[in-house]
Amino acid sequence: MSTPAPLIEMRGISKSFGAVKANEAVDLSVAPGEILGLLGENGAGKTTLMNVLFGAYAPDAGEILVQGRSVAINSSADALAAGIGMVHQHFHLAPRLSVLENLLIGIPGRSGRIDRAGGLARLAEIGRQHGLTLDPDLPVSALSVGEQQRLEIVKALFRGARLLILDEPTAVLAPTEVDGLFSALRSMAAQGLGIIFISHKLNEVRALTHRCVVLRHGRVAGRVDAPASTTSSEMARLMCGHEIVPPARGPSMPGAAVLTLDGISTSHHSGMALRDVSLSVRGGEILGIAGVSGNGQRALAEVISGVRAPDAGKMTIAGKTVSRFSPSTVQALGLGRIPEDRMTTGLVTNLPLADSMVLPRIGTAAFSRNGLIKPDAIRAFAEAQIKAYDIRCPGPMTRAGALSGGNLQKALLARELAFDPKVLIVSQPTRGLDIGAARFIHEKFLDMRAKGCSIIVIGEDLEELLMLSDRIAVMYEGRIVGTLDSADASIARLGLMMTGAEGHA
Amino acid sequence: MFRLEARTSTPAWFNLALPLLAIGATLILCSGLIALAGAGVVEAYGVMFSASLGDSYAITETLVRAAPMIFTGLAVAVAFRAKFWNIGAEGQLLAGAVASCAVGAIPMPGPLAMLLMALAGAAAGAAVALIPATLRVKFRVDDVVSSLLLNSVFFYALMALIEGPWKDSFSGYPISPPIEDTANFPVLLEGTRLHLGVVAALVAAPVIWFVVARTTLGFRIRVTGENPEAARYGGINVERVLISTALLSGALAGLAGVGEVGGVHFQVMSDISPGYGYSGIVVAMLARLNPLGVVPAAIFLAAVMTGAEAMSRATGVPAFLSDVIQGTALLAMLAALLFTAYRIRRVGATK
Ligand SMILES: Nc1ncnc2c1ncn2[C@@H]1O[C@H](COP(=O)(O)OP(=O)(O)OP(=O)(O)O)[C@@H](O)[C@H]1O
Ligand SMILES: [Mg+2]
Repeated sequence: MSTPAPLIEMRGISKSFGAVKANEAVDLSVAPGEILGLLGENGAGKTTLMNVLFGAYAPDAGEILVQGRSVAINSSADALAAGIGMVHQHFHLAPRLSVLENLLIGIPGRSGRIDRAGGLARLAEIGRQHGLTLDPDLPVSALSVGEQQRLEIVKALFRGARLLILDEPTAVLAPTEVDGLFSALRSMAAQGLGIIFISHKLNEVRALTHRCVVLRHGRVAGRVDAPASTTSSEMARLMCGHEIVPPARGPSMPGAAVLTLDGISTSHHSGMALRDVSLSVRGGEILGIAGVSGNGQRALAEVISGVRAPDAGKMTIAGKTVSRFSPSTVQALGLGRIPEDRMTTGLVTNLPLADSMVLPRIGTAAFSRNGLIKPDAIRAFAEAQIKAYDIRCPGPMTRAGALSGGNLQKALLARELAFDPKVLIVSQPTRGLDIGAARFIHEKFLDMRAKGCSIIVIGEDLEELLMLSDRIAVMYEGRIVGTLDSADASIARLGLMMTGAEGHA
Repeated sequence: MFRLEARTSTPAWFNLALPLLAIGATLILCSGLIALAGAGVVEAYGVMFSASLGDSYAITETLVRAAPMIFTGLAVAVAFRAKFWNIGAEGQLLAGAVASCAVGAIPMPGPLAMLLMALAGAAAGAAVALIPATLRVKFRVDDVVSSLLLNSVFFYALMALIEGPWKDSFSGYPISPPIEDTANFPVLLEGTRLHLGVVAALVAAPVIWFVVARTTLGFRIRVTGENPEAARYGGINVERVLISTALLSGALAGLAGVGEVGGVHFQVMSDISPGYGYSGIVVAMLARLNPLGVVPAAIFLAAVMTGAEAMSRATGVPAFLSDVIQGTALLAMLAALLFTAYRIRRVGATK
């Protein structure tokens, strides 16, 4: 597309955190009506660069121009005043307030009063223009993740943003929701807004963006002027500096059933309950669980991990019936788990990484004796795993929260795989990971499969499930509506089953 | 123009620098009050210092005062590590004092009496701490509120005891009967009040440090405090950890009361604790919840307390200054803690 005067321009931006150069001499511009893709491996500096633009970090060097004029952006208020809005990976909403109240926070009404009617009108107008409809009176806590994201976008537009930054917006969306987001973004661009879109999913980037900037180790590694006609592997090479080849999946040689669930049902405590779920996974087999999130996957993972006891039904691991559901009992039977939610249920961000890496097994002889921990053994274990999995961090005593998403995921993987689990349950294993890191995780799963481990992969990314799984079960409203051999499965067929259409087991 | 920016790591020297910074700021802020009271700031602080740390007798007096605050400081530090918000060390101390006094009044050989006093006091403190912990675990009652309110309950229960059934019939004052002479803690230095309980406090700090840093219980306490969800998923019984923490914390606070009965007062009276339980919160915060840091922090507050009395006699500045210094030190420390999460950055002066 032709490039009119840029909406914003970043020139020579550098930003370091201690020894880490997160951004180095980065130039970037966005024209009105343009959707710019920002690509790069985990830790390449995408979020940092956007945080500089949004005023959360002061750059060490460089300047920001808004419509040709150099401006100092020292806070998000400055950014908003300059017409820059940002939708962070983690939303910043007040859960108890309604949609409308969230929109009006910080907006001075006339003589200190809240302009409810005006707000409603603007909300309706934005909804009509871009298909971003929201019920103004619902509390945010009642919104789905996709709706919360919509609210964040509307919030930015509400405040008059002319440039909208979206940091990995699709990582939290179901595939069907992604389409809605994209049409809204296209409609906004058509009206002259600039958009910066960050994603690790290259097919999305190719479908949506007009131009891309690729970061590597904080520097601009390349620019792509026609993403639609550039192949994903070319982009991947720009990002990683080398080719990414899909891992080879060996022939399936399943053994005896290792994990079985028989008629498991749960109550409605939180979220969707399970209704009479039966499944079995054999040794050396990967079972994919497909489904739109919120259809009972969480309850399934919680039951298998021993966090939640079912109301009815039976679970066996390696032939032994689980009589008492607790994380430590199922773990003792050989279960490993990689949670969807790395930061909340997986790691302890404020403590050293080593502590998180031994957390589930602190009571075992490997890490403690007679109630005393073995600090040297813990450290040595963490160091060995950091090396084996190439976890990028200064050392085992680094605060876990300082690691990037990909490295956190590797750490969780390392901690489970080190103990040769008989069954591994993982949720959304590569969410937010770059393709190189995702590839690494996939390879590890396939290695474990070859060693005879049973793996359950819960996910929404059907391509990933098809690539990894031997069989795929589809969940809908708390039930398993069908199970397909991967050979018989296709995205279209799975997609249909995910809407509740009965499958043929 | 300056702004706060989030930090990702805190340098190790902060652990030492922050409390010192807070203490320095406190002394500067409070010098204004001294001046207002019409005394010379240098002179007043000078008297405070020499009366609390100036000679060996003063030092022993300060240590005697520090001992209960080491125990309550440890109690609070352990509890706060697990995010069990025990504001009830005061009540737990009183319970420990009453229990140990009751045991100490029974005639028996001295060493046995001291041992049983310690056990009884620790058990009583633990039992009291169990109340807010159970309320929280079973009924989700806010532990700040319940542990705080229990302090008043136990204070007035103590008053009722020593005004009524437990009143010392010989003296006629509202104090309990004294413990047996043989149960009095031995004095370690002739001519001072430095008693065995002070040594116990100084030994308790490294022991508790060891418990927090090197035992599986300590590991579970730390993990539960930082992220209870990850702890639960990791197979830690979070409720049990909270209860264990409460028992440990309450026992430590109870021991503070034991030391006061066995080593200082030899009986129980209404003012057996001038708020040592609350001071424990200040101590723990100044120590940044590090059990080893509790010792110097408690000695600092003890020095302020002993020093303030002498200063008051010498310069006429009211001894309440000691309370002001404590409160200010807590606030200054809380403010200083901001710097562990943020740093100040200068940003371009251009507009
Ligand atoms: N606040 C911070 N303090 C210290 N280092 C940081 C901070 N924020 C980011 N970093 C480091 O800067 C580098 C760039 O991080 P950034 O979050 O910008 O990467 P990213 O490209 O957004 O990665 P991802 O795809 O995983 O989101 C990383 O090495 C990261 O560890
Ligand atoms: Mg990022």
